[in-house]
Amino acid sequence: MEKRVRFRSLWLPWLLLAPQLAIILVFFFWPAAQALLQSVQLQDAFGTSTEFVGLENFRRLFADELYLDSFRITAIFSILVAGCGISLALLLAVFADRVIRAAAVYKTLMVWPYAVAPAVAGVLWLFMFAPSIGMVSFWLRAAGFDWNHLLNGNDAMALIVMAAVWKQISYNFLFFLAGLQSIPKSLIEAAAIDGAGPWRRFWTIVFPLLSPTTFFLLVINIVYAFFETFAIVDAATQGGPGRATTILVYKVYYDGFKGMDLGSSAAQSVVLMVIVITLTVVQFRYVEKKVQYS
Amino acid sequence: MVERRPALSILTHVVLILGVLIVAFPVYVTFVASTQTAEAIVQAPMSLIPGDQFLNNYASVLTGSDKGAGSAAPVGRMMWVSLVSALTIAIGKIVISLLSAFAIVYFRFPFRNFFFWAIFVTLMLPVEVRISPTYQVVSDLGMLNTYAGLTVPLIASATATFLFRQFFLTVPDELAEAARMDGAGPMRFFWDVLLPLSRTSVAALFVIQFIYGWNQYLWPLLVTTQEDMYPVVMGIKRMIAGGDAVNEWNLVMATAMLAMLPPALVVLLMQKWFVKGLVETEK
Repeated sequence: MEKRVRFRSLWLPWLLLAPQLAIILVFFFWPAAQALLQSVQLQDAFGTSTEFVGLENFRRLFADELYLDSFRITAIFSILVAGCGISLALLLAVFADRVIRAAAVYKTLMVWPYAVAPAVAGVLWLFMFAPSIGMVSFWLRAAGFDWNHLLNGNDAMALIVMAAVWKQISYNFLFFLAGLQSIPKSLIEAAAIDGAGPWRRFWTIVFPLLSPTTFFLLVINIVYAFFETFAIVDAATQGGPGRATTILVYKVYYDGFKGMDLGSSAAQSVVLMVIVITLTVVQFRYVEKKVQYS
Repeated sequence: MVERRPALSILTHVVLILGVLIVAFPVYVTFVASTQTAEAIVQAPMSLIPGDQFLNNYASVLTGSDKGAGSAAPVGRMMWVSLVSALTIAIGKIVISLLSAFAIVYFRFPFRNFFFWAIFVTLMLPVEVRISPTYQVVSDLGMLNTYAGLTVPLIASATATFLFRQFFLTVPDELAEAARMDGAGPMRFFWDVLLPLSRTSVAALFVIQFIYGWNQYLWPLLVTTQEDMYPVVMGIKRMIAGGDAVNEWNLVMATAMLAMLPPALVVLLMQKWFVKGLVETEK
């Protein structure tokens, strides 16, 4: 779509664009180019000399057990976060959609965790599950389950998954509720007249009609689990115990800032860029489809 | 509701109330912990009834008068840093996005589409994937430990630019035509016609971007090394120094409550704009 009416000026549009362009050039494209460049270079420990090594950094990276492990951990983490987050939110949204009075109250009570910073979410859950003082870990011990996320990798993974799902649930909930409310009531009523119960109606009408929303949330939740959960991991487990919760983003940060392995960190950045680009393309192709069919 | 089924209605409310309780539980625990003494918390399990240290704990974290194991910087200062950064990021993003969208929609000039795509592509370059080189740039520019360093690199916004572009495209051409006939220049039109029309989008974006700015963690972690430039979200992490029992959890939790308060208030008080912003920025 284009405007028929335009203003004429040789310099004004450039001036208007200048601030945004300056920022993206200096803080986005230049660093991204640097990452690409560093990913094909090798720097010695003192940073005094660099040499071009081609794809050596990438070859080393994908031969590295730890890196492949981190991929596996990130995959498990994302699937758990997206899966649990989406199903829980869907359950709550379906029930909230049934409520007539008090619907707004439930909605208000569900939306506010969106405002909690991921780092704060991490600290909150860390406190509840702290092995020696946390109250939930105390209850778990009383129930015969010895929780210790400082020693047990699975416990640590469970901890960050819970914190990440908790933080994201209001987002998923709002989108599902909006999706549910846009389903025409006449469809549901017709099915009810034909004798379909609530359970049957959900699986044959509501769930299929919600599939665009579900797919959209799946992509968003995976992006969230990949990139925005750094703060949760850093606050709750610092990637430990061992390397049980070192997701990819945490590893880039750790190798670049603590390990000072610039070549490897840059190569990891490039791999992550490829992942974001893929996910964004998937997301926008889907959005285009939605526009066509709506 | 299509049919009347009392059992299902009861189940509905049970599930929803359970959901709300589970969602609220971590924050309740945090609040209770923030009103206890450090000793009361360490005796597991902590009582679930609020203690009597509310004023003490909050006063002591706000002024930083406590000497705990971790960092004891005054949280009042951190809240200020967070507020300034969040406001700068939110307002900055809205202003530069409005201007670029205006340029892209209402002017014809060389490379117009190229610039639009260049802005759009930044969606695919989140901070997380370019950590080290961006840090390098900011440090070369001498922007470490400054408000500029905390905010300027986060001000570019593909989503906001995209949103305003879409909105401007729906504004009737007749308005611009009429403005031109009346002799108004482009900036006059922008200020007197477009801006008032964009009010709701601006409010919606402000809510989302304020929360985004307030909740930043990775970026401040990189560019601040002085306690007086820590935003509160990051300051909490610094307060957790070592093992479970060493930390003064009552103070950590009081800080966590303070860190949650402003964005939660923004969401609750501006709920209508918040939902609108959330849905629109993801289109």
